[in-house]
Amino acid sequence: MTLTQKPSTPPEIGGIGHSVRRHEDDRFIVGQGRYLDDHTLPGMLHMAILRSPLPHARINSIDTSAAAAVDGVVAVVTGELLAQYNLAWMPTLSGDTQAVLATDKVRFQGQEVAAVVATDPYIAEDALELIEVDYEPLPVITSPQQSLAADAVLIRDDKEGQTSNLVYEWEAGDGAATEVAFARADRVVSLETHYPRSHPSPLETCGCLADVNSATGQATIYMTSQAPHAIRTVFAMVAGLPEQNIRIISPDIGGGFGNKVPVYPGYVVATAASLVIGKPVKWVESRSENLISTGFARDYHMKGELALTNDGRILALRVQMLSDQGAFYADAQPTQFRAGLFHVVTGSYDFPAAHVQCRGAYTNKAPGGVAYRCSFRITEASYLIERLVQTAAYELGIDPADIRFKNFIQPDQFPYETPTGFVYDSGDYPTALRSALDAIGYEKLRAEQAAARDEGRFVGIGIAHFTEAVGAGPSKKYDILGLKMIDSAELRVHPTGKAILKLGVRSQGQGHETTFAQIVADELGIPVTDIKVVEGDTDNTPYGLGTYASRSTPVAGAAAAVVSRKIADKARKIAAHLLEAADDDIELQNGVFSVKGTPGRSVTIADVSLAAYTNLPDGMEYGLEDVHYYDPPNLTYPYGSYVVVVDVDPETGVWKARRVVALDDCGVRINPMIVEGQIHGGLTEGFAKSSMQWITFDEEGNCSGSNFMDYLIPTAWETPRFELLETCTPSPHHPIGAKGVGESATVGSPAAYVNAVIDAVAHLGVRNIDMPLLPDRVWSAIQSARATGG
Amino acid sequence: MQITVTLNGSDQTHDVEPRTLLVDFIRTKGELTGTHIGCDTTSCGACTVLLDGTPVKSCTMLAVQADGRAVTTVEGLKRADGLHPLQAAFKQEHGLQCGFCTPGMMLVGAALLEQNPAPTEDDVRWAISGNICRCTGYMNIVKAIRAAGAEMATS
Ligand code: FES
Ligand code: FES
Repeated sequence: MTLTQKPSTPPEIGGIGHSVRRHEDDRFIVGQGRYLDDHTLPGMLHMAILRSPLPHARINSIDTSAAAAVDGVVAVVTGELLAQYNLAWMPTLSGDTQAVLATDKVRFQGQEVAAVVATDPYIAEDALELIEVDYEPLPVITSPQQSLAADAVLIRDDKEGQTSNLVYEWEAGDGAATEVAFARADRVVSLETHYPRSHPSPLETCGCLADVNSATGQATIYMTSQAPHAIRTVFAMVAGLPEQNIRIISPDIGGGFGNKVPVYPGYVVATAASLVIGKPVKWVESRSENLISTGFARDYHMKGELALTNDGRILALRVQMLSDQGAFYADAQPTQFRAGLFHVVTGSYDFPAAHVQCRGAYTNKAPGGVAYRCSFRITEASYLIERLVQTAAYELGIDPADIRFKNFIQPDQFPYETPTGFVYDSGDYPTALRSALDAIGYEKLRAEQAAARDEGRFVGIGIAHFTEAVGAGPSKKYDILGLKMIDSAELRVHPTGKAILKLGVRSQGQGHETTFAQIVADELGIPVTDIKVVEGDTDNTPYGLGTYASRSTPVAGAAAAVVSRKIADKARKIAAHLLEAADDDIELQNGVFSVKGTPGRSVTIADVSLAAYTNLPDGMEYGLEDVHYYDPPNLTYPYGSYVVVVDVDPETGVWKARRVVALDDCGVRINPMIVEGQIHGGLTEGFAKSSMQWITFDEEGNCSGSNFMDYLIPTAWETPRFELLETCTPSPHHPIGAKGVGESATVGSPAAYVNAVIDAVAHLGVRNIDMPLLPDRVWSAIQSARATGG
Repeated sequence: MQITVTLNGSDQTHDVEPRTLLVDFIRTKGELTGTHIGCDTTSCGACTVLLDGTPVKSCTMLAVQADGRAVTTVEGLKRADGLHPLQAAFKQEHGLQCGFCTPGMMLVGAALLEQNPAPTEDDVRWAISGNICRCTGYMNIVKAIRAAGAEMATS
C-alpha cells in the first residue's frame, strides 16, 4: 500500500494518474450532448403508454376504438395484438418472464397495458385517456411476508408449475459450521433491519427511438441502455430477429445507476410498432412512469446475527434475507447468484464461519431489483454487516472503532478467502480506518460527545468500513442469461499515429471517453488528446456486457490495457525493423522506442504507426490494430473507511451531518479528478437513501413515491460537504492495478450515516431505526427509548 | 396561434397550440436540444432557461407566455470570443458527469453571478437548490460557479 500514486507519463501524454479534463465535456457544456430525446428521424411517430391504475386486477376487456379514432392516432397497440407476434411476454435478465403489455391480468400499479402511436406526443397522451379498460380488482400483496403466507393469492398464475409466490431460495456458506460456532459463542448479537425500496432515478428517464426498415428488416434502435450488446442479444431472442439486423445505439446517457440495464416493455412495443407501421417510433417515459415502473433497487428485509467472544472477537455470522421482487423477477443478476453478491456480507472481517439464506418473493409492486450504484446487492450486504458490528460494539461495551480493528482481515492475510467463497485480492484495512479516524479527530469527538450528552445534546459518530466485490466477472462463475461477463476493447492506431479505441461498455457520465484514452496513452505514449473513444453502437464496437456493477474499469479497462500491450508488441517489432536492431533490444517509454543502451537511436509511436501501413519487416501483416476480450481472473475488491459526525436534535429528531470523511482505496486511480467526482456522487446517493429517498406504497398497493415531490432527492442545500482521503493498494491481478470506484461510496456510506445517528442516541438504548432516517422516525425512536427508561 | 420569441438573440416566429410548453417550443420549433426534461412536477430544473434574464423552469410555462420576450438557453451562453466563463469553469472543476443537469445549473449560475459576483458557498447552494443533479453530489458544481465568478471579476 502507498498513500498516493504518481503518474509515470508527462502531462502532454496524460496517462494514468493525471487529472485530465474530460473530453466529453466539450459538447455537454455548450448544449450539444445528444441524448435519446434529442434524436429525430424523418416521419417519426410518438408513442405513449397506458398504465394500470390498479396493482392487481383481472383485465376483462380493453376498448381502444375511441382512441383509435382520434385524428393523428396511427395505431393503438394492446397485448392481444402483440400476442399475435408472440411478443406479449418477454424474458427478463434473470430468466423470468415479464408481460410486455398485459393480457390476462395486471400485477402492479403502473404496469403497461396499451400503447398509442400518434403523429404528435400530445395527441398520443390525449388518446390514452380514451382507452377503456374493464378491470376486476384482485387482492393485493404489498410485502414479501404477506406474499409467502400460506393463504396468499398466487400472483404469477401465468407461470406453469408456480404454486406459491416464492421466486427463489438460495444460500451460501456453511450452515453446520456456523451452528457450531454459535453454540460455542459467549454472546450473540442480532439486528433486524429493512433496506427500503429505492429508485436510481437518473435525471434523464428511459426511452427509445426504434426505426425498423420494412424492406430490409434492419432495426436501428436508439436506446437509453447501459448494456447495448446484451440488449441486442436479448432483443434477437425476444423478437426472433436476426442479430445482425439489430443495431442498438446508446447515445449520450443522462445518468444510469443501474436503472438503464433492463429491457423495458416500452422498448419492445416501440420496436414492434415501428416494424408494423413502417415508420420510426419514439417513446420517452415521463418521470412518474420512470419511478413507478422501471427498475427499482434494494427492498431487502434482513436479519443478521453475530456469534462473539466476550472480548469482541467475531466467530460466525448468520443471515436471513427476504427480498421483495415485485411482480416479475427482473434483477440483472448473474445466473449462479440469485441474491446477487449479497453473500459478501462477511465484510472486512476475519472469521471462519458464515451462513447466508436468501429468499425472494413476488409482490404486487414494480419489477426491477437493479444494482443501483451497486455491484449486485452488495450495498445491502455492506449495510447489514456494518450496522451489525456497530450493534455488537454497543452490546459488548466496546468502542465501535476498536471492535473493527480487533476483527479486520490483516494486510498479510491477502489473498483472503471468505467463508462464503470470495477471494479478496488485496487491502490494508487497519491503515485505512486509522487514517480516517485521525482525519476526523475521533478521540476528541468521543470526548465532545460525552460532554454534549451531559448538556442534553446528541452528537453521533458513525463508522463504516466496507469491502466491495466488483468487476464481474470471471467466466467460470459469472454470466447473465448464459452470456459470460467478459468485456472487450478494440484499438486501431492510424498511419498518423492517432488512435480510436472501441469498447463494449457504455459510459453514462463516468467519463470513459477520457479515462480509457488515458489507459492507452499510458501504455503507448500516444497523447490522450489523440485518442478517440467510441462506445454504445453495437454495429461499431466489440461485444461486451455493459457498464454497471462498477465493472467498466475492472473488465473493459483491463481489456484496453491488454489490447494496448498487444499493439505495443507489434509496434516494438516494427521499431526494431526501422532501427535495424533486435526486437528484444527495443524499449518503449512515453511514445518513444529506443535501442537499449543507445538512447540516441529512436523512433516515435507516430513513426511506427506510419510504418505499419508503409514499411514493414518481411512477413508481417499490415496495420496496427487489435481486439482483446478480457476474462478477469478474479473480482476486484475496493474498500474504504467512512466516518460521519452528526448532530441530532433530541426534541425534533432532525439530524445534520456535520462532517463526512471518506477514505477510499480503489487501487490505481486512472484519473484522480474523475474518481473524486464519482465518490462525491456516491456519498450523496448514500446520504439520500439514509435520510429521505424511498419508494413507498400504501396498503392497497398504490405507489406514493411516484414523482419528485414525493420521492425526495437531496438538493445542494441538504447535501453535506465531503472530505476525501485515499490510500492505494493496487489490485494484484488487474493489468493496471485498478479496482473500480463508481459505486463504492453508495455502498459504503449509508451505514456510516445511519451508524452516526444511532450512535447519537445509542446511550438511550436505541439500536435500530430503519432507513430513511426521517426526523419523525428518529424522534419516535428517542421517545420510545426514553419511555422504556433507556 | 402565432408567437414570436427572441431565442438567444434571434426572433423565432411560429404557430403553436396554446397548450405547448415552452420547453417543447424550444426543443422542437427552436431546434435547440440543450434544454432538457427531467421531471413533470417542476422539481428538477433540467429545463431551466433565462426569461428576460431570470431563471424559469420552461416545463412549467406555456410557450405563449414567452411571446414577445427574450429566452436564453445553454446554446446562447457562448460568447463571440469563446466559452462563457461558467462553461470553462464547469469543465475545469469537473462540475458535470452525465451532463444532463448541466445546462440548467449553468443558467442558474449565470443569473446568480449577475446579481452576486462573489457568492459564498451557501449562496451558491441556495441558488441551485431548485436544480437536481444525480451524479456529482454538487461539490464541484458549487466550486465551478464560484470559480467562474472569480474569473469574471478579474477579466
Ligand atoms: S423538467 Fe422542468 S423542472 Fe424538471
Ligand atoms: S451531471 Fe448528471 S445529473 Fe448532474
